[in-house]
Amino acid sequence: MYTQGLDSLGADCLHQATDAVTLEQRFQSKVDADDRIEPKDWMPEAYRQTLIRQISQHAHSEIVGMLPEGNWITRAPSLRRKAVLIAKVQDEGGHGMYLYSAAETLGVSRDELLEQLLAGTAKYSSIFNYPTPTWADVGAIGWLVDGAAIMNQIPICRCSYGPYARAMVRICKEESFHQRQGFEIMMTLARGTPEQHRMAQDALDRWWWPSIMMFGPNDAASKHTAQSMRWKIKRFTNDELRQKFIDITVPQAEFLGLKVPDPDLRWDEATQHYVHGTIDWKEFEEVLKGNGPCNRERLEARRRAHDDGRWVREAALAHAEKQRARETRAA
Amino acid sequence: MSEQRKQWPLYEVFIRARSGLEHKHVGSIHAVDARQAIEHARDLYTRRQEGVSIWVVRSSEIIASDPGDAEALFEPAKDKIYRHPTFYSIPDEVKNL
Repeated sequence: MYTQGLDSLGADCLHQATDAVTLEQRFQSKVDADDRIEPKDWMPEAYRQTLIRQISQHAHSEIVGMLPEGNWITRAPSLRRKAVLIAKVQDEGGHGMYLYSAAETLGVSRDELLEQLLAGTAKYSSIFNYPTPTWADVGAIGWLVDGAAIMNQIPICRCSYGPYARAMVRICKEESFHQRQGFEIMMTLARGTPEQHRMAQDALDRWWWPSIMMFGPNDAASKHTAQSMRWKIKRFTNDELRQKFIDITVPQAEFLGLKVPDPDLRWDEATQHYVHGTIDWKEFEEVLKGNGPCNRERLEARRRAHDDGRWVREAALAHAEKQRARETRAA
Repeated sequence: MSEQRKQWPLYEVFIRARSGLEHKHVGSIHAVDARQAIEHARDLYTRRQEGVSIWVVRSSEIIASDPGDAEALFEPAKDKIYRHPTFYSIPDEVKNL
């Protein structure tokens, strides 16, 4: 479990070495050695708080993320598409549950986290505040939004915090279907009638920039990156992941015969990477602040679902209590 | 917060992937009772045929070892390498050993 350096101190020293500085050193050397931190292990308070914030934001994003696509379940163009979309939206709900569970291992209750979401004090991914006016949006979300999410999430499978890493392994396995079904929708539209092709292009035009903003602010402006990387919560910087995403996605757009809506986008022979145009961070900040096209609508939908479900939660609990009381009387 | 007190209790979920394998911890779930915990675990953890059997147990019923006791509990086994077959050197010409 512990590193060589600490072992060499001998067993007696290990038991005395419990002051904060030593605990922190021992924690960091465990992280440096790529060992995992588990719920009952000692951890710095700031590490715990960072994880609670990140994991719960991630969970909220999955839950709110069910809404833009849920919008199309009743209007999916075929039974196959409908079954797939229901399965995908159900997965997103499941991902939210895995993540809330992981956050709870850090000593926060699920109710507290849900309250923060419903009160509007917690953040979730700004991408879900954009509307889904056409069926092509369902394709674009699967292809681009889930694609960007996978890029972000794969490194988190090796995160230093065990429960978060394990939740992410499950999630990444399931996300792959999401991305492929999205690309398939885009492919069908892009190869369809001119009108369908236009629909696919329009969806790409609207989702491209929000998708590449999903990786967060530029490295220079990202205040948490350095510490998160030292703690191995984060393995790559925002810009590194964004670049990777652009490099793999542009050829996919070309395959579809669609045009990425960035007039400055070009391949750079020297670096073997695409160079992209300037990102409008003002828009990102506005959406994050709550002024995106659908922020209010999304939160209202969550609050309504929570309120409408209250009687079910209460009735289930009352029923279980009654059953228990009956069993006790019978015994 | 009245709802805070009424939080559904937490259960740990264990799944047997195939008959012949042991149940393995996969995560946790909130439910009002054990039966509902199994129903919810089925929806959450076996959407892709991940299992043929589910165990649930109230999280509060689990008794775990303290990470602080890890050396006391597990270090003693560390220097007993003679418990492993590779500790013993046997000439190559001796077969089936």
